[in-house]
Amino acid sequence: MNAQTTTGQATGTRPERKVPPTSVRGAAMRGVVARPGHEAIEAKGWLRAHKWLLLRRTSQFGILALFLVGPWFGWWIVKGNLSSSLTLGLLPLTDPFLIAQQLAAGQWPYREVLLGGGIVLAFYLLLGGRLFCSWVCPVNLVTDAAAWLRRRLGLKGGKAPAANTRHWLLGFVLVIAAVTGSLAWEWVNPVSMLHRGLIFGFGLAWGIVGGIFLYDLLIAPRGWCGHLCPQGAFYALLGRASLLKVSADKRRDCNDCMDCFAVCPEPQVIRPALKGVGQDHPLILDAECTTCGRCVDVCGKDVFRITTRFNRSES
Amino acid sequence: MNDTMKPTSRAAASTSSPRRRFLKDAAGVAGGAGLLALGAGMYARQASALPATAIRPPGALAEAAFLAACVRCGLCVRDCPYDTLRLAELGDGVATGTPYFLARDIPCEMCEDIPCVVACPSGALDRALTDIGEARMGLAVLIDQENCLNFLGLRCDVCYRVCPVIDKAITLERMHNPRSDRHAMLLPTVHSEHCTGCGKCEKSCVLPGESAIKVLPIKLAQGSKAEHYMRGWEEKDAAGESLIGEQLELPVRGLEDKAYGDTRVRPGEGPQAPPAVPDYAPARPPGGGLDSGWKP
Repeated sequence: MNAQTTTGQATGTRPERKVPPTSVRGAAMRGVVARPGHEAIEAKGWLRAHKWLLLRRTSQFGILALFLVGPWFGWWIVKGNLSSSLTLGLLPLTDPFLIAQQLAAGQWPYREVLLGGGIVLAFYLLLGGRLFCSWVCPVNLVTDAAAWLRRRLGLKGGKAPAANTRHWLLGFVLVIAAVTGSLAWEWVNPVSMLHRGLIFGFGLAWGIVGGIFLYDLLIAPRGWCGHLCPQGAFYALLGRASLLKVSADKRRDCNDCMDCFAVCPEPQVIRPALKGVGQDHPLILDAECTTCGRCVDVCGKDVFRITTRFNRSES
Repeated sequence: MNDTMKPTSRAAASTSSPRRRFLKDAAGVAGGAGLLALGAGMYARQASALPATAIRPPGALAEAAFLAACVRCGLCVRDCPYDTLRLAELGDGVATGTPYFLARDIPCEMCEDIPCVVACPSGALDRALTDIGEARMGLAVLIDQENCLNFLGLRCDVCYRVCPVIDKAITLERMHNPRSDRHAMLLPTVHSEHCTGCGKCEKSCVLPGESAIKVLPIKLAQGSKAEHYMRGWEEKDAAGESLIGEQLELPVRGLEDKAYGDTRVRPGEGPQAPPAVPDYAPARPPGGGLDSGWKP
């Protein structure tokens, strides 16, 4: 299998398709601000063109609501926060990223934390590491808002650090934990800080959350989630062999509108599957894919769908 | 993995270029990430000095170990029935997300089942603590003797009355009041052997703003023990007898009826005015004593 020949099979032999005028590529040709997903809404209707987005927001807000109905209304379904929680007084759940830091700092936790961490670890190992990022993490709401505003304002350019900065940062977070003998990253970790702030009170943590919004909006497109966040890098490591994957199984129908690239939080993962670069099957196997399903939504041609890693069929 | 292949890049023609570029990129990225992590680490280190009035929950590990163990989940806060505990917010001066309480706001009520310790999943609150009386959250210190009402000679006694370990952790020590010379002062006195650091004394101090008695971290509140000073009375108790043999008790002339250590001079006692006083000497009122208010 050679990259050149697979590319040829995927796109080369078919005639040029008409590019939709409001898509990213069509708008670029006309010199106006793009409205990615516009064709999908016309083709599939608004609801179907936002299916995964709505499901994802339901999941994000629903999980947040489970934590908040306790302090707000006294219905204690879930106590604690994403770092560690207790559901119905029975089910412990703990962030394995925290346990990793704890162990690096030289502290062996109690059984509950290990058990809860094991459950969470197994879930993401099985289903998909960065599902956490797109379906659970509250910072995703902030960075999605920044990315949306960036698209609507037509802001271009910006300077993002290299995408593997997060892996280095993940390494250093553990090193710093070992050196200082404390969970040093948790002093500043915006992910746990935002969730804890929503439940227990913010203090100055608004500043860090606002900083991430402005950083993503004005300086680095998808800068936090896509380049810096060590927690996302940790969950990406978990998702290397996980089950749920996005497949570009109707890539034959692709009309090169580029809308999926515009909305994808990790756009580099699409090309190998969609254009057959370096692989022959249509599965997005890159662990950085957050399985958010936004590409499924915005595609007017229904190229993508969410399936398992074993389904390599193409239609 | 066999399902992905390395992209055949155009730069692959020269073998050294990609490697050099990788090393350059890696150095830059690692440098940036390292700086960021170092910043977080330095901030954590600099800010990890706990403010003196912030008290950790009962059973908390020593501060350094606590900061390694606590996952900042807030389960102890949730299970505290008196809303004593709170999670530090960014800017509070306490490690972000870790539990603490301010005794002057809401002190620890010393629940017998210690629900905060039971709730902690991480080991930051040690479950070896099963008797709340053994908790050492801090140590109360009567820090302002100038404003404490008992030191002014009044019978406030509130800190002593509210102490859950009354007559052990706080006792009232009777002292002579040299200001009036005829009253007692009952001084609230904390005993580290029994004080749990719950902070009820600090909460209930009647002074309008700051409390005269405060719970402080033990490190701040207590000096180190003098290693070379043998406390004779403790050694005597331990050995069952004095180590240096029985001592001669010498009589103290003129103070026969007094309690040991009571050196007050009552009217009519003490050195009397010499009989042969010159005429011009000022008349002395009968009696004398320390600061009896006599003026020439």
